[in-house]
Amino acid sequence: MSVRLSTPAVRRPAAPEPPRDAATPSRGRLRRVLPALVVVAVLVAAWQWAVTAFAVRPQVLPSPLRVVEQGWLFRDALWTNTVPTLQVTAVGFAVSLAVAWVLAVVVDFSPWLRQALLPLLVASQTIPIIAIAPLLIIWFGFGLLPKVVVIALVTFFPVAIGLIEGFSSVEREATNLVRSMGAGRWREFRYLRLPAAMPSFFTSLRIGITYAVTGAVFAEYVGARAGLGIFMNLQKNSFRTDLVLAAVIITAVISVALFGLTYAVQRLVMPWYAAERRRA
Amino acid sequence: MREVRVRDLVVRFGDREVLDGVRLDARPGELVSVIGPSGCGKSTLFNVLAGLVEPAAGSVLVDGAPASGSTFAYMPQKDLLFPWRTVLDNAALGLEVGGLGKRAARERAAPLFEPFGLAGFENARPSELSGGMRQRAALLRTVVQARDVLLLDEPFGALDSLTRTSMQEWLEVMRARYGWTVLLITHDIREAVFLSDRVVVLGPRPATVRRVVEIDLPRPREVRMLATPTAAALEAELLAVLREPVTAPPSRAAID
Repeated sequence: MSVRLSTPAVRRPAAPEPPRDAATPSRGRLRRVLPALVVVAVLVAAWQWAVTAFAVRPQVLPSPLRVVEQGWLFRDALWTNTVPTLQVTAVGFAVSLAVAWVLAVVVDFSPWLRQALLPLLVASQTIPIIAIAPLLIIWFGFGLLPKVVVIALVTFFPVAIGLIEGFSSVEREATNLVRSMGAGRWREFRYLRLPAAMPSFFTSLRIGITYAVTGAVFAEYVGARAGLGIFMNLQKNSFRTDLVLAAVIITAVISVALFGLTYAVQRLVMPWYAAERRRA
Repeated sequence: MREVRVRDLVVRFGDREVLDGVRLDARPGELVSVIGPSGCGKSTLFNVLAGLVEPAAGSVLVDGAPASGSTFAYMPQKDLLFPWRTVLDNAALGLEVGGLGKRAARERAAPLFEPFGLAGFENARPSELSGGMRQRAALLRTVVQARDVLLLDEPFGALDSLTRTSMQEWLEVMRARYGWTVLLITHDIREAVFLSDRVVVLGPRPATVRRVVEIDLPRPREVRMLATPTAAALEAELLAVLREPVTAPPSRAAID
């Protein structure tokens, strides 16, 4: 290792760059997920042991080994049903995000609309999806639309609320500052309220996205041509509990992956936040 | 550089009167301090000047004409540096909000980093700065807007006393160098004496001007001048005026 002695002495007393050491974060991440992995391993082992010890019939509860085995055997069927679920989730959540953003921005700009819309948003969350999902199929058929509606209905609310509260989390003094600089309502939003809402947005995004996959599976369960939801329904009817559980594992993996993805997007959108948290 | 005249300013929030006929003068290049008991309406006065609050009566004149929205550059008590912006981008915020492009705004703010003792911290985050540096960055953000008069609302109030003293000395040097016209709110009588050409003492709410005290200490000011009998007498006078009891209760309060 050679040290570059020619580097000019920069007068920069006490502000080190945020550490960009590649090795440390990944090892840190491993240490963070390790407890979860241990717990999962213990639970799976206990499950395996119980099923063999009490000779449970696989129609009632298959062993984890059997779930993996049969899942692998039926991997083509699982895959062809995973793809539509992923598509529905992506489209549904995109629509949900768009709706949440439009609502939140509108509500932020208009106190009148805030009063008018917020009770409706809350009321929308009292709709029993389990009752309305079959109706959506009757209304919109077996295509994309009813599923998108279910996903949007389930996930737009936390995101919209997170944004609305993020926008209004701004301090009075900060508003005064940008106003004194000559900002109107739009510039106040652009330079202050919008960036200030980002931490709250990403928190609510994570809540929303974990519901998105479940929402998709639920919508498919009620009626679809293909997808993990309808796959589970069919396998349940033919007592293939092992394949139902294999599909469940896939949805869990997708959800966790999407959850992790939000952190990656967050690092891109607000790189300042992690450093800020570390210092605080 | 402009001359500021505030005349008979009245501000009401609902039926609560906050300012009751405040007047104030600042000539170009002067530093005028406003002191008064907590909650007397000092910040409200600045909010009127910054165009954030509409007065019920009175006028703010700049060179004899009503002040526009771009006469005063306002520095609030908290530094309010945005964590999502680098120090340079925070400094350039006022210019960007004012409509200047991001690059042009940066180019205008960057040359001030050296004189403000912030060179090398352009790309740092605000949380990497010390308290004194944060206040200097906030002042830089105020100054770079190139407005006629600076409104500084307790700029050093949150600093420890050692840092505060060095910031006061620094402000004295910078003010002389750039010829800023400054209105300063402070709780600190020594600070007022050390920095000001004139100190305006406000009474309790609804605020009126109790006395205007001229500070006849030579410039440039040095900390040791605070030990002179003149400075001590001025401090004593300001303290006495501040602590004067309310003599005649205001007639409006009697109605309630």
